[in-house]
Amino acid sequence: MNAPEVDIHLEVKDVSLSFMGLKAISDFSFKVRRGETCALIGPNGAGKSSVLNILNGIYRASAGEIILNGVHLKNLTPIQAAESGIGRMFQNNALFPKMTVLNNVMSGLSRKSNVSALEHALRLPRSTRQEKAFREKSLETIRFLGLSAHRDTVVESLAYGIQKRVGLARALVSDPEILLLDEPMAGMNKGEKKEMTRFIGAITKNLDVTIILIEHDIEVVIDLADHVVVLDYGRKLADGRPEDVVKDPDVIAAYLGAVH
Amino acid sequence: MSHALEVLIGGLLAGMMYSLVAIGFVLIFKASRIFNYAQGAMVLFSALFLVTMLDSGLPFIVAILITLVVIIAGAIAIERVVLRPLANSSATTLFMATLGLSYVIEGLAQGIMGTETHALDLGIDDDPIFIGDILISQFDLIAAIFALFLVTVLAVFFNKTRLGISLRAVADDTAAAQSLGINLNLIWQVTWAVSAVAGLVAGMAWGSRQGVSFSLSMVMLKALPVLILGGFTSIGGVIVAGVLVGAGEALAEAYVGPLIGGGIGSWFAYVIALVFLLFRPTGLFGDAEIERV
Repeated sequence: MNAPEVDIHLEVKDVSLSFMGLKAISDFSFKVRRGETCALIGPNGAGKSSVLNILNGIYRASAGEIILNGVHLKNLTPIQAAESGIGRMFQNNALFPKMTVLNNVMSGLSRKSNVSALEHALRLPRSTRQEKAFREKSLETIRFLGLSAHRDTVVESLAYGIQKRVGLARALVSDPEILLLDEPMAGMNKGEKKEMTRFIGAITKNLDVTIILIEHDIEVVIDLADHVVVLDYGRKLADGRPEDVVKDPDVIAAYLGAVH
Repeated sequence: MSHALEVLIGGLLAGMMYSLVAIGFVLIFKASRIFNYAQGAMVLFSALFLVTMLDSGLPFIVAILITLVVIIAGAIAIERVVLRPLANSSATTLFMATLGLSYVIEGLAQGIMGTETHALDLGIDDDPIFIGDILISQFDLIAAIFALFLVTVLAVFFNKTRLGISLRAVADDTAAAQSLGINLNLIWQVTWAVSAVAGLVAGMAWGSRQGVSFSLSMVMLKALPVLILGGFTSIGGVIVAGVLVGAGEALAEAYVGPLIGGGIGSWFAYVIALVFLLFRPTGLFGDAEIERV
């Protein structure tokens, strides 16, 4: 299906996942091209978040493999995933609620740290230099996502829509090659959604990053995605351009079937 | 009136000594949700080791440095050999492991260094000082200042350094922290090392007060009500709780004790703890226990 010259950034190949014998994902495969925005859609419980959990090493696939930049990865751990440049924004946000926006965003740079705990404890020059660079980098991302006014605010006291943007900043700050966005707009009102769509659009335009996006709002998906993969009951239902996928009868049936 | 004030101040200061023991416990619980019953044994071990070094004639500074190296290495070894392989086990399993650990540490400490009671002289006189007509124990005062100093250092560590911030990140959301590339194993080792140091400080304070012997590991039982009151995850909380428990104990001993035959100090803290368990199980400052999926 893909011509050989197509630059595949990430491939999920025949991946299955089960919890105590219960199959959550079965023989799931899809490919993501470098620089594209790929949307994973499907009814609740279809296994979308589980796919992201496998991609950043939180879950371990029971079969299959992940191929990143042509390298076959098995039994990926969260640290390895972070080190190979996979950044993630979580569905429940998973921010550190009692820390400031700046500290939350700075924690996103952990994977870039090359200073040992001892150097850090003794505040050796290398550590202070890195600290300064991290701060600068974080402030840059905070500015890019329009969060400067909230820099020193403790995250739990921020409005939900802004917290989501902090989550995005934390995932983005370390220049990930692949950005996993798990329902970045869940629970947002129309205005907030629009704003978030604009920020994600700005990311794809200005930064060299491949995005895998889980989103329920089909308008947002059509707006942002170059490529849509549909999951239902842990299986792939459709895979293609957004305008084709939304017309697919199987997809329509799955979505109608999920609505009560 | 001045008698009440004297009792209260004495209790407040004694309470800080409980907090000192509780701090090491909170650190480990915060980072890994392990209820480290062995913290008391670590207090005993570090004090006993220090006293043995001192008794062998080493200068104080050298003895402290050697003790620090040994207990930090020991704490990191415990994390690596015992608790890391048990990561993701149930809370009961982890608790049983630390319970076992506490007996191993106590046994080893006494096996190697003997069971007799040693005096630990830190060169602090225990002459009372008078403010007006209120008597204050100089030793308790210095121990309390030390505890406050330790808390300040830890507060700076947690809020101003990236390592400390990573540790809080792990405490808040382990999965998210890992996916940012925070090295969980490193964080756990740092926590155990810092807890061991906090244990040494506690061991020095308690050891010089009551002598270094097996009973030192029982200070854990004094720290437990403080933990329940302060919440298992808040360092500031255990300081406030330690002070409250200390003051409550002293006042109860002085005013309620005579009515029911005395000796109330040894169990009154548990009465406070029970009341808290019934009405505010997360303690004064602890995080609500929320199960994450």
